Amino acid sequence: MVKPQVAGAVTANARVDRTSAIELVDVAKEYTVHGEVVHAVKGVSLDIAEGEFFSLLGPSGCGKTTTMRMIAGFEDPTRGVVRLYGQDVTDVPPNRRDVNMVFQSYALFPHMNVWENVAFGLKRRKVAAQEIKTRVGEILEVVGLTGREKRRPREMSGGQQQRVALARALVNRPRALLLDEPLGALDLKLRHTMQIELKRIQREVGITFVYVTHDQSEALTMSDRIAVMNDGVVEQLAGPREIYEQPATAFVAGFIGTSNLINGTVSAVDGAHAVLSLGSDDRILIPSGSAPGQGEAAVITVRPEKITIARQRRDQEVSQVRGTVSEVVYLGTYNSYVVTLDGGAEVTVFEQNAMDGTSTAERGDSVWLSWRPQHSYALRGA
Amino acid sequence: MRRVRAALAPYLLALPGGLWLAVFLVVPIATMASVALQTGNLMDGFSQTFNIAIFGEVFAQYHTQFLRSIVYGGIATVIMLVVAYPMAYWIAFKAGRRKSVYLFLILLPFFVSFVLRTISWGFLLADDGIVLAPLRDLGLIPDDFHILATTTAVIGGLVYNFLPFMVLPIYVALERVDPRVIEAAQDLYAGRFQAFVRVVLPLSLPGVFAGVLMTFIPATSDPVNAQILGGTSNTMIGNIIYTEYLVNNDYPAASALSFMLMAVLLIGIFVYARALGTENVMEAAAR
Ligand SMILES: Nc1ncnc2c1ncn2[C@@H]1O[C@H](COP(=O)(O)OP(=O)(O)OP(=O)(O)O)[C@@H](O)[C@H]1O
Ligand SMILES: [Mg+2]
Repeated sequence: MVKPQVAGAVTANARVDRTSAIELVDVAKEYTVHGEVVHAVKGVSLDIAEGEFFSLLGPSGCGKTTTMRMIAGFEDPTRGVVRLYGQDVTDVPPNRRDVNMVFQSYALFPHMNVWENVAFGLKRRKVAAQEIKTRVGEILEVVGLTGREKRRPREMSGGQQQRVALARALVNRPRALLLDEPLGALDLKLRHTMQIELKRIQREVGITFVYVTHDQSEALTMSDRIAVMNDGVVEQLAGPREIYEQPATAFVAGFIGTSNLINGTVSAVDGAHAVLSLGSDDRILIPSGSAPGQGEAAVITVRPEKITIARQRRDQEVSQVRGTVSEVVYLGTYNSYVVTLDGGAEVTVFEQNAMDGTSTAERGDSVWLSWRPQHSYALRGA
Repeated sequence: MRRVRAALAPYLLALPGGLWLAVFLVVPIATMASVALQTGNLMDGFSQTFNIAIFGEVFAQYHTQFLRSIVYGGIATVIMLVVAYPMAYWIAFKAGRRKSVYLFLILLPFFVSFVLRTISWGFLLADDGIVLAPLRDLGLIPDDFHILATTTAVIGGLVYNFLPFMVLPIYVALERVDPRVIEAAQDLYAGRFQAFVRVVLPLSLPGVFAGVLMTFIPATSDPVNAQILGGTSNTMIGNIIYTEYLVNNDYPAASALSFMLMAVLLIGIFVYARALGTENVMEAAAR
C-alpha cells in the first residue's frame, strides 16, 4: 500500500534547460547465456536534459542497471547509439566518459581510506595536489564526513559508505552522475534523509542525475521525469504527476502504487464524455479525448484516493458504480476499503479518516462509489 | 559455580588445540634441541653434553649449502611469482565458466607422488633421454650440453613442484576482488594499467604474501629436487641433513642443522612480514 506522494513533487519539465546531456537512440543489449539469447534491453530511446533529475523505474530484472551500464561505458550496446552532450560515445571506454557512477554496492576501494577514495578520480586526472586538497575537503563537508578522512570503508556504517561513494563521484564535477539504487541498502529513516540530501546536492551542484530505483515513491518525489521500464522497454516516459495520474499502460498503472482496473464496453459517446456501462445503474464517464469508440471494449484505471464511498447514489455527472464492501482496513490517517462490484471486479478505495475515527461503511454494506470523469483513464495496450 | 565455569571456558576450549601443539610442535622441537646438544656416536651411544659449539661447527662446515639453499629457494620463488601471477589472474578474470577446469589442471600433478614426478623429470632431462638425445642426434645442441645435474635443473624442479602453492593463494585473493571495484576505478578515469596497479594488485597482495611463504619455505628446505635433478655441486641443506641423519647417523649434527634452518626461516619470515606487511604496501598503492 503506498500513499500518493505526488503533491510535493515538482512538475519541472518547464524548468529544465533543454541542452541534451544523455541521449540513447534505440539502444539494445543482448547477452548469450548457455547458448541462449537474453534480451536485457530491447531498444530504448531516451533524451535526458542537462540539469535534469531523471529516474529509471521498474521491477527487478527489467534492464535498469544494464541501461545505466551502457551510459557509463561498462557494456557495449548490441545496437544503438549513446551520446553524451551530442557526442557519440558508443565506443569510448568508461575512463574517458565525463560521467561518474555511484554503484548499487558502493564499490569503495577497501584498501583506501575515505580521503584516498574520494581523491582517486582527481589524482588520475592529474589535478594539482593543492586543488585536490581543497576539493576533497569541500565535498566531504557537503556529505557531512569531515573528520572521518582516515577511516577505511569497513570501519563505517552503510549510510556513511554511501556518502563516501557519492562524494567520490561528485568531487570530479562530472557533467552527469549515474546512481544505481544508491539508497537500496539503507533503512527507511536514513533513506528519507538521503533522498532529501541528494535532491539538495543535485539542485546546488546543478548536474544531471540519472537515478535508478525500483521504489516508485522515491522516483515520484525526486524526479523531474521518469522512464518506467518493463521487460527491457520503456513503457512510459513522463513527469511524476503524469505517470501517477495518467498511466499509459496497465503495467504502469499497476506498478505505480495501488490502482484499480475496471473492464467494460463503451455504450455511448457524447460531446465531452464516453460512457462505459457495467450494469443497470452503473456507469463510468471517461473524458472522450482518451476514450475508444462506441461499442468497443475498454479498460479504465482510477486511483483509490479519487473515489468517494457513500451509502446513497449521488445525483451528479460523475462515475457511479455499486458494490459490496468486502474488506475494511484501518491504516492510520486513512481507511482502505475493498469493494466488490456487482460485476465481480474488486476496487480499492482510500478514505481520509474522519475526525471521530468512524468509518463510512462496514463489511457487508452495500455502497455506491463515485468519482469525477477526469479521474478515469482509458489504457492503451490493455 | 557458574562464574568458575565461565572463567575456565576459554582454557577448556583451547585445550585440544593446545595438546595438539604440545604433542606435534613443542615436543619435537624440544627433542631436536636436546639431540643437537648431545655428543657421541651410534656405537657408544649419545650423552647430553650441552655442546653449544656444535652450531658453529656445522655452520662452518656447511655454510655453502646453507647459502645455496636460500639462493635457490629465493630464485625459484621469484620465478614462481612471475609465472603464477599471470596464471592466477587469467583464471580469475578471463577463464569464464571454465575456471574450475583450469584449477583442476593446476592441481593435476598432485595426483602423482612428488618423488615420482621428480624422477620422471630426471628421465626426461637425462643426457640420453627422449628430449636431449634426438636433439643431439640432429645436431641441434652441442655434445657437451647437459640439463641434468645443473643449477637450472634443480631450480626448474623446485619451480615445477611448488608452483601450485603460489598459484592457488593468489587466485583466491584475485577471485575475491569485487569486479565492481575495478569498474569503479575505470569510471574514475583510471586506464587498465592504473586500475591494475592502484586497485587489483594491492587487493591481491595477501595472496602473494601467502604464496611466497608457502613456496619459499618448502623450496629452501627441499632435499628431493637437488638429490634427483642436481649433481654434486648443487647439494642443498636438505640433502646434508638427510645424509647426516640417515647415512652418517650423526644425529646431533643433523638436529643442529635442522634447528638452524628453522631459525633462519623464522627470522626471514618475520623480517619479510615486517618489511612487506600488506598494510604498508597498500598504503603505498593508495598514494
Ligand atoms: N552479464 C549478464 N549476463 C547475462 N544476463 C544478464 C547480465 N546482466 C543482466 N542480465 C539479464 O538482463 C536482464 C536485466 O538485468 P538488469 O541488471 O539490467 O536488471 P535491473 O532492472 O537492474 O534489475 P534489479 O532491479 O534487480 O537490479 C535480467 O534478466 C538479467 O538476468
Ligand atoms: Mg540493477
